Amino acid sequence: MSDHDHDDHDHSHAHEPLVVEDEAGNVEGQILVDALMNLLVRQKLLAPGEVRREIEKIEAPGAHLGARIVARAWTDDRYRQRLLADGKSAAAELGIAVGEAQLIVVENTTDTHNLVCCTLCSCYPRSILGQPPAWYISKAYRSRAVREPRAVLDEFGLHIPDHVELQVHDSNADMRYLVLPVRPAGAEGMTEADLAALVTRDCMIGTAQAVLPSS
Amino acid sequence: MRHRFDTGDKVIVLELNKAGHVRTPHYVRNRVGTVLHRCGSYLNPEQLAVGDVGGPVIPLYRVAFDLAELWDDYQGNPGDRLCVEIYDHWLEASPDLRSERFHELEC
Repeated sequence: MSDHDHDDHDHSHAHEPLVVEDEAGNVEGQILVDALMNLLVRQKLLAPGEVRREIEKIEAPGAHLGARIVARAWTDDRYRQRLLADGKSAAAELGIAVGEAQLIVVENTTDTHNLVCCTLCSCYPRSILGQPPAWYISKAYRSRAVREPRAVLDEFGLHIPDHVELQVHDSNADMRYLVLPVRPAGAEGMTEADLAALVTRDCMIGTAQAVLPSS
Repeated sequence: MRHRFDTGDKVIVLELNKAGHVRTPHYVRNRVGTVLHRCGSYLNPEQLAVGDVGGPVIPLYRVAFDLAELWDDYQGNPGDRLCVEIYDHWLEASPDLRSERFHELEC
């Protein structure tokens, strides 16, 4: 797949473009897909609209689902314990279906910070966070997150103090990972719905912390 | 196939030099880690990649490594760790004793 030799690591990481466009703005991959779809429709192997409906299905999940799980864990300690023991079952309790084999929930504390990456490709808990951001699938993030995670987090504006232990999870096989962020101080009286609004996608990957709106 | 390893066991990641689709990153090969968690058993992605869905399933483990041991120049807390999933056939028992340090930890 990709080059896994990090010995020649350097610090001039340009993010490779995700799409290739020609001067007319055509996306090369899109041209190929359109040609294939036209053929399949003509052969009556595919109905018009079928692909769009599948894309809608893929894109329907989003970080709001993960945020609901986190907010429940913040407000219900027994739920939190069930979530840490078996993420998939705990998500199902809220009516959230985790499509992947298992969901491992890793909890941030004052002593430990967790960061999720996938060095091999782009394994990501799509059923509860939606599609991964472009940086998550970039070669730069994938290689550096396991090589110099503290420097990467600093670039995200998240400084992890030296006394805090960092756990980097290379999500490369059948498990998927959700970071349970630390509940921000001062959020004690907030409702579960208001708490969920504090939980961003990046909090649940580990590149950010949950903060109150005023801070 | 039953799990050969348990939480706290020290294991070494093999260098199988397999061509094609594999899930064991190069940076942990020949490195000693500690089993954190048995993940259950799954179809082997090396066979799935070539359309063989007939099994058998293989035990999968989460294995932890000290980041400072993986990278000579690692900057950070000595407790910083890397946790990665490794299939059974890429692992061998490490001749070292079981790690006491990881035994109590959950990741």
